[in-house]
Amino acid sequence: MIELENTAYTYGGGELLSDISLKLSPGSFHFLTGPSGSGKTTFLKLCYGALTATAGNVRLFDQDVRDMDRNAHALARRRIGVVHQDCQFLDHLPVADNVALPLTVSGRDTLEEVSNLKELMGWVGLGNRASALPPELSGGERQRAALARAVIMSPDVVLADEPTGNVDWEMSQRLLQLLIELNKMGKTIMIATHDMNLIRAAKTKVQARVLRISNRRLQLAGADL
Amino acid sequence: MRLSFSGLIAGDVQADRMVPPTGFTARLTLFAAGAMAFLAVFALALSLATGRLATRWGDELAHTSTLRISAPADQMAQQTALALRVLDTTPGISMARALTTAEQAELLSPWFGPDLPLDTLPIPQLIEIAETDEGYDVAGLRLRLQAEVPGAVLDDHTRWRKPLEQAAGRLRLLGWVSILLIIATMAVIITLAANAALAANAQVIAVLRLVGAQDDYIALAFVRRFTLRALLGAALGTAIGLISILLLPSAEDASGLLTGLGFSGLSWLLPLLIPPLAGTVAFIATGAAARRTLSELT
Repeated sequence: MIELENTAYTYGGGELLSDISLKLSPGSFHFLTGPSGSGKTTFLKLCYGALTATAGNVRLFDQDVRDMDRNAHALARRRIGVVHQDCQFLDHLPVADNVALPLTVSGRDTLEEVSNLKELMGWVGLGNRASALPPELSGGERQRAALARAVIMSPDVVLADEPTGNVDWEMSQRLLQLLIELNKMGKTIMIATHDMNLIRAAKTKVQARVLRISNRRLQLAGADL
Repeated sequence: MRLSFSGLIAGDVQADRMVPPTGFTARLTLFAAGAMAFLAVFALALSLATGRLATRWGDELAHTSTLRISAPADQMAQQTALALRVLDTTPGISMARALTTAEQAELLSPWFGPDLPLDTLPIPQLIEIAETDEGYDVAGLRLRLQAEVPGAVLDDHTRWRKPLEQAAGRLRLLGWVSILLIIATMAVIITLAANAALAANAQVIAVLRLVGAQDDYIALAFVRRFTLRALLGAALGTAIGLISILLLPSAEDASGLLTGLGFSGLSWLLPLLIPPLAGTVAFIATGAAARRTLSELT
């Protein structure tokens, strides 16, 4: 699905990630941890083609990203739901329209999908905030909206960068539950987080691999990959 | 959805909503397209007016000639009669007439005043010649006159007509060059406005790319908006330009360039091409700017 082989990423003369190899298989669940600035966000960006590896190979859905044209990149991104730490939205559009963006740009904004949207908005606790504009949302609400937007297309892979950073414990459990349910449907999940409680809670419900970025390299918790 | 004219016309309400509707670039594009269209109407009017002027000057002088006879006073009448006989038998000449003393005095009065005693001065006799549509053989007539009326000099007005036609032709060229410069300037302004809009909406583009929007989809949202603005602005500018032309003094009484500035007959339809042309320029300019900006993003 997503495969990195001896991948490195260098920026401004310094190597941020080095010799990373990882294969995200269908239906797998991963946590990615590491200290701030260790390269978690960079790693996720390599995984969905927002950054290009400076060494090694990255394959998305069996295609080398270097062989993919811009349209192929866009199509691959429709199969990868991404939740950014900073949750960017189109500030002039209501939250519901922002959540439905992946459907809109792919021409799938059908009636059936719209009814799914209402259900999803309710599920993430934003049912009564559908017509609000993004700047009117709290940090937690923005994160929930971003997660709803990432999963609305029922993507093959969900990559989430600190998805529970601004929400309370109860909401973080609900968001985690949503991701676990997606995983049970066969979706691949990778969550970058500092929150060890979240990881512990998840491990009681799902078989998850915990990865750690340390000294620019990726390690399985407690051992080199 | 592809970035094409058909995509532009069909439109996509959802894609249109992706770009925030306000911003200074909207007003800039509208104003620039309007101002340029207004100027284009005048440049077009200038070009067409000079074209008409060149034709009129050419026509007025092209079918007339003047024969000047210089001879001693006692031979003047004989030479004039001889010349008129030659002219009468020359194919392509419809009329030849010797000017009267009064008519010659009137021609000279701007230089010598009205009281000139013309009969006391050795003034050449002038003969006015009117040509048929086919015209006459100038070189052949010159040779005949040289042989039969040695004191006659034929002026077929070429040396007057040529500079006037040249001047009018250059003015017309200037008009077309102005139109090209106006189009180029409009393209530059719209490109700058589009670049500014693309830069100001970097977050919009980032979000759209994040959720899997293809470049053409993103570009079309910007291109359609700028094209429609340019079309609207140019339509307004053209309308104001045409009204201004209509309000100019009529060319009926005076036939100068300034009073003749305007359109006639079917040429009134030509300015209607300006708005679609502005829209096309905006479509091409914004499309190129959007493609360039998007290709710079990973």
